[in-house]
Parts: sequence; C-alpha cells; structure tokens
Amino acid sequence: MNNPADTTPPRRAIDIVNASLKRRYARERRFRWLGATAVTLGMVFVVLLFADIILKGYTAFQQTYIQLPIELAAATIDPDGARDPATLARADYMKLIREALRERFPEVTDRRDRRLLNSMISVGAPDLLRERVMADPALIGTTQELWILADDDIDMLVKGYIDRNAPASDRRVGDQMIAWVDRLEAEGRVAKRFNTIFFTHGTSREPELAGIAGALMGSFYTLVLTFLLSFPIGVGAALYLEEFAPKNRWTDLIEVNVNNLAAVPSIVFGLLGLAVFIGFFGVPRSTPLVAALVMTLMTLPTIIIASRVALKSVPPSIREAALGVGASPLQTQFHHVLPLALPGILTGSIIGMARALGETAPLLMIGMIAFIVDIPKGFNDAATVLPVQIFLWADSPERGFVERTSAAILVLLAFLFVMNLAAVLLRRRFERRW
Amino acid sequence: MYSWILMLVVLAAMAGAYQIGRQRAIASAGGPTRIKQLHSLPTYYGLYAALWAGLPALMLMGLWIGLQDQIVIGLVTSHLPTEVVSGLSEGRLGLLINDIRNLATGNIVSAEVTPEIQAAADQYNRLNLISQWAMWAVVLAVVLAGLAYAWMRTQPRLRARNRVESAFTVMLIIFSSIAILTTLGIVLSVLFESLLFFQKVSPLEFFFGTNWSPQIALRADQVGASGAFGAIPLFTGTLMVSLISMLVAVPIGLLSAIYLSEYAHRRVRAIAKPTLEILAGIPTVVYGFFAALTVAPFIRELGMSFGLDVASESALAAGLVMGIMIIPFVSSLSDDVINAVPQSLRDGSYALGATQSETIRRVVIPAALPGIVGGILLAVSRAIGETMIVVMAAGLAANLTANPLDSVTTVTVQIVTLLTGDQEFDSAKTLAAFALGLTLFLVTLTLNVIALSIVRKYREQYE
Repeated sequence: MNNPADTTPPRRAIDIVNASLKRRYARERRFRWLGATAVTLGMVFVVLLFADIILKGYTAFQQTYIQLPIELAAATIDPDGARDPATLARADYMKLIREALRERFPEVTDRRDRRLLNSMISVGAPDLLRERVMADPALIGTTQELWILADDDIDMLVKGYIDRNAPASDRRVGDQMIAWVDRLEAEGRVAKRFNTIFFTHGTSREPELAGIAGALMGSFYTLVLTFLLSFPIGVGAALYLEEFAPKNRWTDLIEVNVNNLAAVPSIVFGLLGLAVFIGFFGVPRSTPLVAALVMTLMTLPTIIIASRVALKSVPPSIREAALGVGASPLQTQFHHVLPLALPGILTGSIIGMARALGETAPLLMIGMIAFIVDIPKGFNDAATVLPVQIFLWADSPERGFVERTSAAILVLLAFLFVMNLAAVLLRRRFERRW
Repeated sequence: MYSWILMLVVLAAMAGAYQIGRQRAIASAGGPTRIKQLHSLPTYYGLYAALWAGLPALMLMGLWIGLQDQIVIGLVTSHLPTEVVSGLSEGRLGLLINDIRNLATGNIVSAEVTPEIQAAADQYNRLNLISQWAMWAVVLAVVLAGLAYAWMRTQPRLRARNRVESAFTVMLIIFSSIAILTTLGIVLSVLFESLLFFQKVSPLEFFFGTNWSPQIALRADQVGASGAFGAIPLFTGTLMVSLISMLVAVPIGLLSAIYLSEYAHRRVRAIAKPTLEILAGIPTVVYGFFAALTVAPFIRELGMSFGLDVASESALAAGLVMGIMIIPFVSSLSDDVINAVPQSLRDGSYALGATQSETIRRVVIPAALPGIVGGILLAVSRAIGETMIVVMAAGLAANLTANPLDSVTTVTVQIVTLLTGDQEFDSAKTLAAFALGLTLFLVTLTLNVIALSIVRKYREQYE
C-alpha cells in the first residue's frame, strides 16, 4: 500500500479512547440534561395547568351583591294581609327592588337610563328575595337593608375582569354603569360574598345564577349506579377468570377482549350506548340510568384487570389451607381469598370510578348534554353530569361562565383528588407483604 | 316508578325466603341440635330458597320491562284508524308514536291533537297500567312459586351447597362473558348502522372522497342537497393532530422515563413520577378547556406577533395539549419496559467502558425497543380516539390542509357533532357517525392488538 498514513506508528487503543473522552463526557452531560429537561417540562405542564385553572376559577367562589334598603311594602307583597303562600309567591318582587334602586339614584329619570340601572340587578334577584320573604313573612311591611344579587356584568366589573381603559364600545359595561357601581362601592354598598348559589342551584343561562348542584347530583346518581353494577360484575368476572376458568380458547378470547376493551376509545362506548341501550332497549335518554350502563361497560375492564392482580397476589398457601380443612372451592374463594384481596380490588375500583367521574365523550352521545335546570331526584330523571356541565359552560360566550367553568373544574378535581387519595391510603393501610 | 318498588319487594322476598329456607332446613333435620343430619349448613338452604324465590322473578321482570314498551306501542299502532296510519312513511309514523307517547305522559306534542291521537294516548296509558299490574301479579306469583318449590325440595338429603355453588358459578361465567358481549355489542351496533349508511353512500366516496359536508339541505332542490361524505379531510385532520401530540409526548415521555429510571435520585423519582402521573388522571374535558381558552389564544397571539395567520381553533393547540395528556402514558409504559431490562446487560456494557448514556442508547433502549414501540402504538391509538380536547379546541370545518396553524376537524369531533343536537335517525347524516365510529374502532383495535401482542411477547423474553 502506498498510503503515507500507514507509515505512522499504530496508535494505542487507550489513546483513541482518551482523545474521545472529552467528547463522550460532553455527550453524556447533554443526554442527562435532556432527560432532566423532559422531566422538568412535564412538571411545568402540571403546574401551568393547575395555576391556569385556579387563577381563572377561584373568583367564582365569590359573588357580587349590592346592598339596598328595600321597603317590603305589604301593599305589593300581601295586599289582603292573609300571609297566603300562593299570594306571597306571586308578588312582584322585581318592582320592590327597582323602587329601592330608583330611590338610591333619584337623578336617573330618563327611561333608557332607568332600564340600564335596572339591568344592574340579576334577573334571579326577585326569586331570591321571594324565598327570603316566604321563609320569614314577619319581614313584610318593614324596610330591610338587603344584599341583592348583581348582574354578571357588574360582577365581572367588580372582580376586575373588565378593562376600564378600553373604549366604551368594546366593553359590555358602559361608562355610566361604571360610575354608578363606583358610587355604590364608595358608599360600601357593593360586596363580594361567598357564592352559595354555585353550590345549591342547577345550571342557568345567567352566569350569576348558574350552579353545579344539578350536575353534582347527576354525577352522584351515575356513579352510585355504576359502582353497584360494575363492582359485583367486575369482581365476579375476575374471580372466574383467575381462579376457576379452565385454560381454553373461550377464556383466552375473554382475556384478549378485556384487554382490548380497556383501550377502546371511549366515544365508541357512547355509540354502543346510543344504539343498544337507547335504540334497542329503549332506556330513556339523558338519565343517570343509561349513563351508568355505559360507564359500567367502560369501567369493567379496569376493575377486572385490577381485581385479577389483587387475586394473584394472594399466596396459594391460603387456598391450599382452606381446601385442606374441607372448604369447597367457592367457600375458599369467598371466605378466604376474596377478603384478603379486597383492599387491592377496592383500590382498582376506586380508580375506575374516578375515571368514570371524569368521563365526558360517551355521555354526549346518550343525551347528557341536554340543558337541564332541575336538580335530578332519581336514576330516571333527566340529568347532566359534572364534566358535561363543564363542557357546556366552556362553550358559553359570557365572561362570567369562564370563571364558573374553572370553578366547576376545581370541584371536579377536588373529588378526583379525594378518590385517588382514598385509593392510595387504602393501599397503604391494607397492603400486605407475604 | 312502580318497577322500583316491585324490585325492592322482590329483594325483600328474597331476604324472607332466606330465613324461611333456613328455618325449614333446621326443622326438617329435627331442631337446631341435630343439624348434623343436614347435607349442607343451614345457610345454604336459606340461600337456595332465596335464589329460587328471587332469580326467576328478577329475570322475568327484566324481560317484561324490556319488552313492555314495544308491545304496547305495537298494540296502540295496530288499533289506530287506517286513514291515520296509511300512507305514512316510517319516520312519520315514528313521529306520530312519539306524539302519542308525549301526550300520554303530559309532555309537549309537536302536532295538533286529533281525537284519534287522544284516543291512542288514552289507550297507551291504559295498556301501560294494565301491563304494570299484570307484571306485579305475575312476578309475585313467580316469587311464591319459586319459594314453594324450594320449600318442598328442602329435606336433609338435599345437596343445597352444591346447588347454590353451581348457581354462583354460572353467574360468574355470565359476568365474565359480559366483556365478550360488550365487544359484540360494539361491533354489531356500529356495523349495522354503517351498513345502512353504505347503502346510501358508496364506501368509495366515504373512504376516498375529499369533500365532507354532512349538512343536508331542507329542500331537495338546494345546493348540496344530498350532503357530501368524503372522509379524507377527517382522516388527515385526525392524523395531523395525533402526529403533533406524538411529537410532544414521545420525546418528553421517553426522555423522562429514561431519566427517572436510570439517572434520577430515589427521592426525585418518588416526587416526579407521581407528579407526572397526575396528568393521566385529569379528565379530558379539563384539557379541552385548557386548550381552547389558554393555549389556543396564546398560540394565536404568538403567531400574530410573528405576522402569521393562525386560526382561533388550530390543530397545533389541540395537538400540543393532547401531547401533554399523553406524556404520562408514554412515560409509565416506557418506564416499565426499561426497568424490565436486566441489570446484567448494563453491567456488561459498563465493563466494556461505555458511559451511562452510551449504555442507555446502545444497550438499554435497543433491548427495550419492542416494548417502547408497543407503548407508543397504544398512545397513538389513544390520540386517535381522544374526543374532548379536539371537540373543544380543533374546530368543525373539514379542511384538507397540511398547515398545523389551520383549523382541522377529526373523526371523533364529527361523530360528536353529528350525533348531538337535532337529528333524525336513519338519515345519512346520523348514520355517517356510525360509519366513522366503525372506522375509528377498527383502526384503534388494530393498533391495540399489535401493541398488546408486541408488549406481551417482549415481556416474556426476560421472565
């Protein structure tokens, strides 16, 4: 060979390695740094997500009220003085509130301005006043300093979500209204108080009147029924597959099926519910009943898989001992194996329930997105559930619904947190090492 | 309403039957001191009686409730005067039946109430009432008959435990078959409706057409009266959103799995791993809200400051947030398989003088690759089937575009929009949702089967 490079003495391996060491260590550091960045990025996402929702939502737990001296004139509320509930319920409470407003702002005489003034009060305020009066008829005839629910625009203004410097045409609240609110604020007649409506009312088109009670009850009924159906079925199926089933094609098929079902997109379960439960069996739409049926099918794989793991972790010696003293196979399972596996089974079930609580997509298919104001009273009442309520509110254009959506999300996350915590504690408390 | 009470009555009867059966067994053996004469423990005789009293009755009740409405409606329509029914299309008839039902339950009725319909509604109510009472009578009779049968059979020689246990075993088998029934239900429900759809729209148009506008005009002579069902824009939209989400989730998920399992201190891992897993437990509707109200406006502002035209609902926003959602999925699956690689492989590599990162890249990752690929396939299937994020953040317009800043629509979004809101059954528009569902199911099923078999095969190698 006539290559001149070949004439140099051969380099030793250690030299090659030493020469490349710096580069290799740099690469090592880069790779490590990359991994740390990925983990940090993931954590940053968690923090961002929570910070965003908390910052958007925490204000919804307070609601703006305006204090007005309201003359609960007997002539308007109860002209015949009989204190008849029907009469009390029919009275024009809006008129009382408007009169109080007019008295506070005597200079407002123009009809248009007066209408503007009246729009500061929520359309739901008269209902709240009625409840108040009907609970305590002694108030009739007196003048009370009452806190009246403000309109959502005023609420947003007081909470600082409306940019006062923006041109008046871009704002939902005009200059005049701002001046009024400022005047009331200076008099100490505007206050933010704890938003009980949010927890006691169903949904509404008006943000200040919208609450999550209906959705919470819907979620509650759905979850209870889901648990009642999916827990026995899931545990039974796991018990059979893990302990009794012969190893044959049929059980193999079931096993593959369970694993696959766990990975089927949730919306497909919605299609199943629509076609089979609603279309074929005629279960009423938008009810916790049909939602629970769909959720049961969705959570079954989770429960079955978790229960099988829990059953597998019970050592065979327990079974052999039970069989040895003459228990039948079923007695062995029900009296000895199941109680020992129960903590693990429950943990898995709680996690499955938590997923069912947060599930939305399949419920859209079976009509849970109907606009339902009433709070459901049973499994067969039309209802919606919390995640769907969040979806519906997220679509609403009013600024007031943004904070309510975030607040509803916070409530949902709180429930999920409690459920997951329960699962973790349960596991800690009853975990056994054999 | 009445059915619930009946259900409670039957359950109470079962509890009573348990007591009766138990007492009867003890009595037939000749008192509590002589229960050794019995084949089984007295409890089993109680359970035996309870099962006989309850199970047939409950099954009958389920069947009755399931069929009642269909039978009653059938009777009512068959009694409708022919001049009302004749010449009505199936859809019209359905509307009429709905009216009758609404009238009967005191709801709002769509058409004017004619005497015939009023009569039909009355008949509907009457038949329902009769059916209710008949169900009560028959179910209670079955309860009593079952109890009587158990009562007669209860003798010391009766092998009550074996009977009860075989009943339980059958129940367990039925429970475990529900998984199969569910799959069957999914396949049948989407398949039948899809077949109806493909009778109206050719599969060629559906799978290869590029124009998607399912809105069907009110009048037949309007433009686009028949709707267009070319699903290619939906498929490309789905693929784009999934691709973006994978570009976010796979590097971050994989790298954090590597870092947490190979580099991180035990304490860091103990905090970071559950924190990342929080992302998996957050409901998707929350991500959708985050995407639509925080990420999408942010991207839009950012794009505007660079002079780009960004749609307010962009594929990028939906994809990014979906990627965040899938991070823990990729990371925990990869973590599992990386941990399953035996330490001896790493030690061998170190002994040859490799650095840690070289070991990871040249030894650990190749060894874990099948499992990682399986995990990523599962994540892809999840991204394709994810609904809420794209419904809230990706948009409705079916654009055939490669620009991630544009608004796209996906298969799941279209299923939701086609099936919510005003709809009629058996129109091509509604049925299209089932055809999309079938496609979605088949694609994700294929991905899942491949992924699960890869993961399973790989796991066996080191065990």
